[in-house]
Amino acid sequence: MIKTLGKELKEYKLVSVLTPLCMIGEVAAEMIIPKLMGKIVDNGIYAENMAYIFRVGFLMIVIALFGLAAGIGGAYYGSKASTGLAKNLRKAMFDNIQTFSFSNIDKFSTSGLVTRLTTDVTNIQNAYMMLLRMAMRAPATVIGAMIMSFMINPRIATIYLAAVVVLAIFMVLIMSKATVYFKEVFEKYDELNESVQENVSAIRVVKAYVREDYENDKFKKAAGNIYNMFVRAEMNVIKMGPMMTATVYVCILLISWVGAHMIVAGSLTTGELMGLLSYCMNILMSMMFLAIIFVMLTMAQASGKRIAEVLEETPDITNKADAIMAVPDGSIRFEHVNFAYNETSEEPVLKDINIDIKSGETIGIIGGTGSAKSSLVNLISRLYDVTDGVVKVGGIDVRDYDMETLRDQVSVVLQKNVLFSGTILDNLRWGDKDATKEDCIRACKMACADEFIERMPDGYETFIEQGGANVSGGQRQRLCIARALLKKPKILILDDSTSAVDTATDAKIRKAFAEEIPGTTKLIIAQRIASVQECDRIIVMDDGQVSGFGTHSELLESNTIYREVYESQTGAGADADFDKQA
Amino acid sequence: MAEEAKEIKVGPGGGNRRGMPRPKLENPGALLKRLMGYVFKYYPAHMVAVVVCILVTVASNIQGTLFTKVLIDSYIQPMLDSGDGNFGPLLGAILRVAIFYGLGVLAAYIQSRVMVYINQGTLRRLREELFTHMESLPIKYFDTNAHGDIMSIYTNDIDTLRQMISQSIPQLLSSAITIVSVLVSMFILSVPLTVVTIVMVGVMLFCSGAATKASGKNFVEQQKNLGALNGYIEEMMTGQKVVKVFNHEAESIAKFNELNEALCNSAFKANTFSGSLGPINAQLGNTSYVICAMIGGAIALSDNIAVGFTVGALASFLTFNRNFSMPINQVSMQLNSIVMALAGANRIFKLLDEKPETDEGYVMLVDAVEENGEIKEADHHTGRWAWKHYHKATDTTTYQPMEGDVTFNGVDFGYTDEKMVLHDIVLHATPGQKIAFVGSTGAGKTTITNLINRFYDIQDGKIRYDNININKIKKADLRRSLGIVLQDTHLFTGTVKDNIRYGKLDATDEEVIAAAKLANAHSFIKRLPEGYDTMLTGDGANLSQGQRQLLAIARAAIADPPVLILDEATSSIDTRTEKIVQDGMDRLMKGRTTFVIAHRLSTVKNSDCIIVLEQGRIVEQGTHDELIAKKQRYYQLYTGMKSETA
Repeated sequence: MIKTLGKELKEYKLVSVLTPLCMIGEVAAEMIIPKLMGKIVDNGIYAENMAYIFRVGFLMIVIALFGLAAGIGGAYYGSKASTGLAKNLRKAMFDNIQTFSFSNIDKFSTSGLVTRLTTDVTNIQNAYMMLLRMAMRAPATVIGAMIMSFMINPRIATIYLAAVVVLAIFMVLIMSKATVYFKEVFEKYDELNESVQENVSAIRVVKAYVREDYENDKFKKAAGNIYNMFVRAEMNVIKMGPMMTATVYVCILLISWVGAHMIVAGSLTTGELMGLLSYCMNILMSMMFLAIIFVMLTMAQASGKRIAEVLEETPDITNKADAIMAVPDGSIRFEHVNFAYNETSEEPVLKDINIDIKSGETIGIIGGTGSAKSSLVNLISRLYDVTDGVVKVGGIDVRDYDMETLRDQVSVVLQKNVLFSGTILDNLRWGDKDATKEDCIRACKMACADEFIERMPDGYETFIEQGGANVSGGQRQRLCIARALLKKPKILILDDSTSAVDTATDAKIRKAFAEEIPGTTKLIIAQRIASVQECDRIIVMDDGQVSGFGTHSELLESNTIYREVYESQTGAGADADFDKQA
Repeated sequence: MAEEAKEIKVGPGGGNRRGMPRPKLENPGALLKRLMGYVFKYYPAHMVAVVVCILVTVASNIQGTLFTKVLIDSYIQPMLDSGDGNFGPLLGAILRVAIFYGLGVLAAYIQSRVMVYINQGTLRRLREELFTHMESLPIKYFDTNAHGDIMSIYTNDIDTLRQMISQSIPQLLSSAITIVSVLVSMFILSVPLTVVTIVMVGVMLFCSGAATKASGKNFVEQQKNLGALNGYIEEMMTGQKVVKVFNHEAESIAKFNELNEALCNSAFKANTFSGSLGPINAQLGNTSYVICAMIGGAIALSDNIAVGFTVGALASFLTFNRNFSMPINQVSMQLNSIVMALAGANRIFKLLDEKPETDEGYVMLVDAVEENGEIKEADHHTGRWAWKHYHKATDTTTYQPMEGDVTFNGVDFGYTDEKMVLHDIVLHATPGQKIAFVGSTGAGKTTITNLINRFYDIQDGKIRYDNININKIKKADLRRSLGIVLQDTHLFTGTVKDNIRYGKLDATDEEVIAAAKLANAHSFIKRLPEGYDTMLTGDGANLSQGQRQLLAIARAAIADPPVLILDEATSSIDTRTEKIVQDGMDRLMKGRTTFVIAHRLSTVKNSDCIIVLEQGRIVEQGTHDELIAKKQRYYQLYTGMKSETA
């Protein structure tokens, strides 16, 4: 993990080295000052030498200024390095995600990727800053103060050494116990918040069933549980502060006692004693810091692991070395195709599919949920690779094509489709970035999107909010179809893309396809028989297999599934679609 | 410690609060007072104990610092001067100080322990109050506030508050006490040096103020850029598959780089300034220390007995000098987090101040038995209900059987007074009738379901239930008499059984299974890994859309309400599942007055009355055959569809 993340330091390696150097400079300044202070007391005040006091005092100010410069330098370089690392990590992840195939994307899930790119990177940025500045500073202080103390008086310095060891042991004990408790408590805490979330979104159910009191009791019980767990966890942590103070006090008293003896015996000066006391404080404070840093780094570790996962993920669909750069025609052929999303899953999603579609044909695909309609069409533009068998477009195995070439010629309107923030024209030009406005209007007319776009205040310049929030479901689907049309593909695939469009418009769109782009092979997945019955041929999918392939009348005759669906939709159970007549 | 670590997760840059801009608050004083009042109200004795403990801790710390002076001046110096080695008195002094120290440590420990109780107890109470209050709020609150915002009160705001109560307040208290006591001690030791120290602290505050301002400006910029980048990331990740399909990778990277670069720049600046705060304060502290040393040295050397400033006093003073700037820095840091926490507290109190749903209804729904042709209240489930009507004027109680007769009389309704959604709705459903609402999206069909159960109150007109104005019926009883199956199914974390039982908490297992069978849910439940005991999480994420609907129907079935409100789901589920759901719904509707927002021809066709809504008004009303014969709007809708499917 560290190696993977470290690779992304790139141009920020130098500043990453400079930061700790600056911190060491700052620490050095802080270490020298108490020593000089002791000298002022001994050689200046006791020796009644005012000139010496000023000379050393002046030197101390210079050193303080040096410390200031080093400190600010540390902040500067530290920020540069950590924000730079964050930038590079984000970029590396984003770039890599762009090479992901659909199955790579499925593996991480959208929210998983967003968290990695946002929160996790921020965590690493903070942790790296901490690591460069504090993690260098604290041990340097401990070691520096130790050395200074040993130089002044080894016997007294041994007292700290003992104290440091004792304190460190206690801290590790407390922290390791506390992290376990806190992990537990935060898990439970998340559960509590999930139940609140549940209540907020299901408030109508709660109120309709008059279950307010029931939910309150449930919540109170959970809140009480959280309370107990929090108290237990915090009772552990709070021991740290008093323990720390107690150690400092014991050290001070011991040093005072031993120191007094030494001074009287003449082996220690008053100034040196004062210096030792401040080193003692320095060391113990730094120990406290180290404990905090330790915890923060363990927390950041989880984020680092998640980021490394994305960075180490290799796309499982790549271009062949001598990829073919042109698609001859829009014919499609499936030869003994088996497909499973996961190599380890026992049951393939598609089983022994053999289909032959001629260029320019219009093919309807129908079947229940989970019958693998989408999986079938996703193989054509090589969004996924087949497990066995071959998918051919224009007579050539899709794996032999350059992916960009293939996907430009096979245009898919995905079931879960998305518009992006920007004007309608911006969105349409995803299909063809050089499209003129006239091209766009033509595509929109075909997709029956023109009528509502014209009615919008800004027409084609209307701004689409993120995710297409300001257009209705049916409008969004029509825009997505227009966007796909602008590619002028040889094969057009509509994956349930008119489900929110009313039946009349749906028919209009299909008619436009037949008239305007007769040469394009069209695959239409639909729930409604009405949407596919006029197709040249219809594929009936059932549980990953082709149950029937033929014209409407052929299938009515020979295919029971098709007949059942047809009857349910035209008989008494039909979908009235009243609300789609808007 | 773990809190600090948790804090980084809260938000961007949250790990480093120093130098962050403070959010603007209208009346922080009043807020703080209210919050502290809240804490004090439940933990008065605890709070007193905390203050006493802090006093003891600070006192012990100060006498410890003063001990350096005593050690040098009263013990070491005399021993050096006299040359004898009698350490007896020193041992006594050290033991005395040790006792004080011990007390201080003990007090600090007790204080921390008590604070845990205060802190966690207060948060627990706040959480509970928030939740119970939230449950009492009208539906309108949930419809008008983003759910994310409500959630963030429970997560972010409560978290920052925890930080504030457990750390900021005690630290602020102890800092304040330390500042005052150290100041007094310093004045006793040396007035001129104290003045020097105060001047230096002023310089320090000025410098750190300037750095805070500079970093604050950049933090705002950073937040803005971060927001833009995160928004972009979210959008692109959601649309990543579309990006692939359109070969749009290069463009998407280019825009990303631009935003990423901008964020890096502002984050770098903001962090540099806030990171400089520490060294500035530390080194100015050192300078202050040096200056005091020089001046103090000069004074001590001047040998002016009248001043009485000894070397030991200087040593102590210098320690105080250190101890003085530390709490001042802490106060300025803590102020920031307190203001942030108060912003959270503000949102918490705002929710607590929301007006709960009012209920002036007095007619109650009771179990009923019929004795000699007279309806009486029963103390057990009888399967029959009656409205219990108490007449104040005559001090009599009458019972009226509940039948499920619903009338709308000239009902006008709007979610806001400015914009009416429904106009002059008149309809009458007699017991057992099925009323279907049809019409295009936005015609106001779903709105009607919000009115009968009083999720919203109507602006004008009357809704009567068994000839009782629904405003007179206790809301809980009104709702108990109505079953609702919503378009969006919501399930709760728990077993399948728990979820069905939600409709009737004391239902036996047999009743649960019977309800599931009625709803057509039994067969799929049986096939689940643990059957009825299968755990559902995340709103039933492990079930299909159709299965979730079946559970919602079963949940309504077990409640066995006389009146049903059904909002048929429009989402595309496959035809077979749809058929199963439909059958379940049909069985549930049997024998009940049903209002259904219909999307399916079968539902509409066999309704006793079809109501065609258009822009909030009823344009047609009648049976299927009547409306077809009329050849108007319904006919258009119906035939328009027919021509497509047939």
